[in-house]
Formats: sequence, structure tokens, C-alpha cells
Amino acid sequence: MSIKLEVKHLYKVFGDEPAKAIEMAKQGMGKDEIFTKTGMALGVKDVSLQIHTGEIFVIMGLSGSGKSTLVRLLNRLIEPSAGQVLLDGDDIAAMSDEALRNVRLKKISMVFQSFALMPHLSVLENTAFGLELAGISVSERHEKALQALQQVGLEAHQHAYPDELSGGMQQRVGLARALAIDPEVLLMDEAFSALDPLIRTGMQDELVQLQAKYQRTIVFISHDLDEAMRIGDRIAIMQGGEVVQVGTPDDILHNPANDYVRSFFQGVNVSQVFTAKDICRRKQSTIIRKTLEGGVVAAIAQLQEADRDFGYVVDKEGRFEGIVSLASLWSAEKSGKSLMAACLLDLPTVNADASLSEIISVIAQAPCAVPVVDDHQQYLGLITRAQLLQALDREEGTNP
Amino acid sequence: MTTTTETADPWSSAAPPADRSMASDPWGNAPSADAQASGSSWLTASSEQAPITNTWLDPFQVEWFDLRGIVNTGVKHLVENFRGFFDVAKQPVDWMLEIFTLALTSAHPFVVIALFALVCWQVSGWRLALGGIVSLVFLGAMSVWDESMITLALVLTSVFFCLLIGIPTGILMSRSEGFARALRPILDAMQTTPAFVYLVPIVMLFGIGRVPGVIVTIIFAMPPLIRLTHLGIKQVPADLIEASRAFGASRRQILYRVQLPLAVPTIMAGVNQTLMLSLSMVVIASMIAVPGLGLMVLRGIGRLDVGLATVGGLGIVMLAILLDRMTQSLGRDARERGTRHWYESGPIGWIYRQFKTQSKN
Repeated sequence: MSIKLEVKHLYKVFGDEPAKAIEMAKQGMGKDEIFTKTGMALGVKDVSLQIHTGEIFVIMGLSGSGKSTLVRLLNRLIEPSAGQVLLDGDDIAAMSDEALRNVRLKKISMVFQSFALMPHLSVLENTAFGLELAGISVSERHEKALQALQQVGLEAHQHAYPDELSGGMQQRVGLARALAIDPEVLLMDEAFSALDPLIRTGMQDELVQLQAKYQRTIVFISHDLDEAMRIGDRIAIMQGGEVVQVGTPDDILHNPANDYVRSFFQGVNVSQVFTAKDICRRKQSTIIRKTLEGGVVAAIAQLQEADRDFGYVVDKEGRFEGIVSLASLWSAEKSGKSLMAACLLDLPTVNADASLSEIISVIAQAPCAVPVVDDHQQYLGLITRAQLLQALDREEGTNP
Repeated sequence: MTTTTETADPWSSAAPPADRSMASDPWGNAPSADAQASGSSWLTASSEQAPITNTWLDPFQVEWFDLRGIVNTGVKHLVENFRGFFDVAKQPVDWMLEIFTLALTSAHPFVVIALFALVCWQVSGWRLALGGIVSLVFLGAMSVWDESMITLALVLTSVFFCLLIGIPTGILMSRSEGFARALRPILDAMQTTPAFVYLVPIVMLFGIGRVPGVIVTIIFAMPPLIRLTHLGIKQVPADLIEASRAFGASRRQILYRVQLPLAVPTIMAGVNQTLMLSLSMVVIASMIAVPGLGLMVLRGIGRLDVGLATVGGLGIVMLAILLDRMTQSLGRDARERGTRHWYESGPIGWIYRQFKTQSKN
């Protein structure tokens, strides 16, 4: 995957002598210490990131962690104190005002938490705002703006004014305005945080769908782990102006770098965040190859040796075929049937991407551990009742 | 040049008798002494005249520096050397005033009334149009039509120049914090200084009559427009400015496409204030021989003719209310008036609809 946006050793100091504060930071002093000594606030401290083309990169942190400052450094709404921001290799932090304007007009656009729509312009004019600034003719920019409005499903409201729309619709206009210039990079600063939960989830789904279609590079700022997990391809977690961990949602869930990262999961609804594949485990002892030499007899021997009552039959490509029990194997042996004939009917499997809340009842009712399969029937592992309960219990759940 | 302007200056001929009358003036003592001993220190001046000196017990008996003398000589210097400049400077005001006066007084009253009614209808609605017709006809019925039109011309001229100077100044203030800080005390002074104080130097510099009257009015009426333009631009939400920057707007684009459009209601409130202050200044300006409704009031007071003063005063009030309602409705946009666009209401809206139905047929 190619790198679209790269941040190298980026610093932002709010104060008179940034060089001094950066020096102190390099010597290992913390944000608070620097503030008490010099009165300068360290907004972003030595951040280096690589954001790939076409991914949704979520920057997550609590208020004051510097995430909003960081995203504004990416399009230089805030002037960086030191470091580089490379867009396709061009350093945004160092370019001339004219070049910077050009980047903002054509390559990077932004969606704001507060929507920031122009109250004196209609929805269509708002959407065409970026194009208007670029000096594109009325007919052309209205055409493009209308296309952008269609993407967010608001073309019917093009003549309305922002104050006539609901919050969710206003943010759709904000999104359409950012999409209208057909940007390569889309910055979204807590774009959905001001919306109520139901609409927020809807917007997240829509964003993911849009992304599936257009493959833009999106940098998404959020303080909400659920949101980050839902939409992020990769997540960077910020604390006190520093990036403490970067990784895929799974990485971060399973191997949190420190207590701060772990603390994010405290308020998280695990049953929504974890999916079946997150908690399932592969136990070699219970996997019975379909091509097993010795057939039913060998299967019985394998299960007895491992002290198990149930076995899971898998073909040589790793696809799940069925579940056998010791009892069913014995009766198959008596009547001389094959391994496949011994498979029990009516036992459930769960899909890898099903959330824990969806599988609770399945697991609770199944007589045995439930196999997890993906969309291609590939066998991924088992979930037992004990595992599920463990995962649902917060303290244990973060370290399965 | 100095001598010719001095003799041509109506004020300078009035100066000597004023000097003589100083003798009977209870305050006349010091200024005449200053006039002669201008430039010499207060110590020598006071030792010649009276043994009053400042002591530690009473440090403010005698002024420490002679502001009065400085201002007097300064203004005198200006009058003597820069009269030509001020004559040129007042020319644009003169032209503008001529145009407005000519247009308003030479046209048939009914034409003026009809025009007013149309403008009222456009900016507000038929109610204000009706109110405008009634109040203007009433002015005519009191037989103060000409005076009213002269006053209106004066007010319009001063508002015109207030807009011309005030709005750019307000914009400049919003762009430069230093400029704003420097200008604020000047604006305070313009608003709070009693009009009589600068009436005298204005007369000395510009003479008497309508044009100096307009200039006095401009000085008095401009500060609220500057302040409210500044305020209107300043109060545009920061996130809108940030969003504009994020989409690549230049400073000029931010000003014209975001700040000014959003500041319009506040700026219109400033225009409204400027209009009201201009009208209230008309009476004071009539002291320097400015004709119109103000002069009627002044004459009424002078002759204890309460009726005359009432007629003039009522005329001013009616003009004030009419202009106030017009500018207030300018501050509201079309949507607050129930239409989507300004061209869909009023007489222009009527024509627009005719066009639309015609093109449909």
C-alpha cells in the first residue's frame, strides 16, 4: 500500500519560544512540566505517522490529547512549530501560501464537528463553496455540488438553508461540501460527535459505504472507541500530544500499549466491539481432518486421547464440514458408516463478524462449543460458554 | 494668501469685537494674557499678573501646560495656512448635497412620495409603504415640504459619506488589532465630545452653511457605523472562518463571501444608528446657518414660538420614524420576510411574477 500522507516528527507549541519548548520536550520533559516551567503549551509532541492511500485512519484520544490540533496541522490551519507533513512527498508545513491554498482547494478537504455551514448560503451553495473559492463557473460547480449532494442523499433539499435542516442533515451537507471538490484526503474532525447516537451510527455506515465506493484517504478524529472500531482501518491513540499506539482495531484491543489505551475500553460495550473471531480459539485436539486415515475409529481415538466429547470436521482446505460427538461416532462405527455420516445435524455455527451480543443466545443454547466460520465456510475456531463469559467480563476481556 | 483669506473669512471680522468683550467676561482674563504671551511659560505669565503659584499644598492652582493656548494657536495656524485645503476637502460634500437637494426639492412632491412608497414596499412591505405615504403627505400638509426635503438631503448626504468612510474603516479595524486600539479613543471622543465644542473649529475651518453642517453631522454620526461594522465582522463565528480557510479561501474571499454577508444585519443596525444620529444633529447644525426643519425648531425656541418648534420637531420625528423602519427592515434578509429571495417581494417581485407568468404562456 502506498503512503499518501506522512507525518515526520511533528511538533506544535503554543507560546512565544517554540524552539525552547521543543528542546525541553526532546530532553524528555512532559507536557505539564514544560507548561509549569515556561507557560508554553505543547499541543503535539514528536508525532510521526504514515497514512496509506485509501484507508480510514482514526486518530483517537480524550479531550486535550492534541488530536484536533494534529488534524489541523495536516492542512496547516495551525502552523506547525517543527517537523514535516508530506502529502505525496510535498511538505505542506514548508510550502508557500499560494501552494498551500492550492492544496486546500483541490486535494485536502475537511468536515467539522460544528458543521460550520454558511448560514447565508443555501445547501447547494454551501456544497459548492469550495468550488466557488477555486473560481469554477456557476453551472459547473452547481453540477458537481449536486452530484456530491446525491452521494449523501440530500439532493431534494438543495434549495433549503442550513438552519432548516436537522443536525444529521447539516453534517451531510458538511460531508457533501468536502466531497464536492473530489479530494484525495478527507479530514474529519469529530465529524459525527455532535449527532445523536442513532444518526451517528447511520452516518458511520454511510461513510464506510462511500469509502467502499470511492477509496479516498480519510483521517478521522474521534474520542469514541466504538466509532473508531467501527470505521477505522487503523487507529492511532493520542495521549498528552503524543501518539502512544498505532495499529489495527484488533491490535489495539488485544495488545493495548499502556493503561491509558486500556482505559478507553472501560466505557466500551464489549459485546458490540468484539466479534466472534476476536474471541474464538483454535484447539488442534478437536479438529478432525475429513481425510483422516482410519476414519471413524481414528476420530474416536483422537477425541478420547484429548478427553473431548465433540470433534469438528474440517476438509483439507480448512473449510468447516460438521460436528461429531463421541456418541455419534460410536454408533457410526457400529453401523459401519463414514465419518461424514456421523455428523450431528442442527448444531449451529456463528459467523466470524457477528458481534458478541448477537451470538450470546446461540452459544448459551448449544450443547457444545460453537465453531466460528467466515463467509467462505472457513473454520476459524471455537467459542465456549466460558470464553464468552470471560470476554464479556471487562477485566479479563481485554487480555484473552 | 493669508491676508486675503483672513478678510474673506466671515469669522475673522467677527473676532475683534469678541476680543473686546473679553474685558467684561468673567473668564476673559487668562485667554487674553495667553494670546499675548503665547509660547512663554506659565511661570512668567503668572508672576506678572497675579502672585498665584502652585504649592505642594495646592498643586493645581495654575495650569501646568497651556492646552488652551496650544489649541487656539493650532486652529488659528490651520485656518491661516490650510484654508485652501479645507475648501477643496468640502467640495465632494458640496456636490453630493447639491445632487440630493436638487433631486428632492425640484421634483414634484407626489413623485417623491411615490418613489418613497415604492422603496418602502420593496424593502419592507405594503404597510410601511402606506405609512410612508401618510407621513410624507402629512409633512406636506403642514407646509414644511421644502424644509423636510432639505433636511432629508442633508441627512442622506451625511449618511452617504458615513458609509463611504465608516464601513472601510470598520473593516480595517477588524483586520488590524493595532489600528482598532488606536482608533477606539478617537471614536469615543467623536461620540462624547459635545457638538458645540467642535462646531466652532469647524466653522473656522469650513465657514458656515449647509456643507459644514453636513461635516459636523458626519463627525457625530459616523462612530456607531464604524463600531458596528467592526463588531459585525468580529462576531462572525470562528469556525466559519476556519472552514473557509480549510477550503482554501484567501483573506479577501473570506471578507467578501463570509464576513461581510454575515455582518450585514449588524452593519445595517449601524446605518440605522447613523441615520438617527444625523437627524438629531440637524437641530444643532442649524446653529451654523443650516436650513431645514432644524432651523424651524431653533427659530421657534428663539422666538418662544412653541407652535413653530413643534411643527419642525414633529417633521423631524416623522422623518426619523420612516427612515428608521426602512433601514431596520434592510437588516432582515428575504427569508425573515417570508420569501426565498429579495426579488420575489415588493414591486420588483410583482414585475418578476409578471415576467414569469408571461414566459410560461
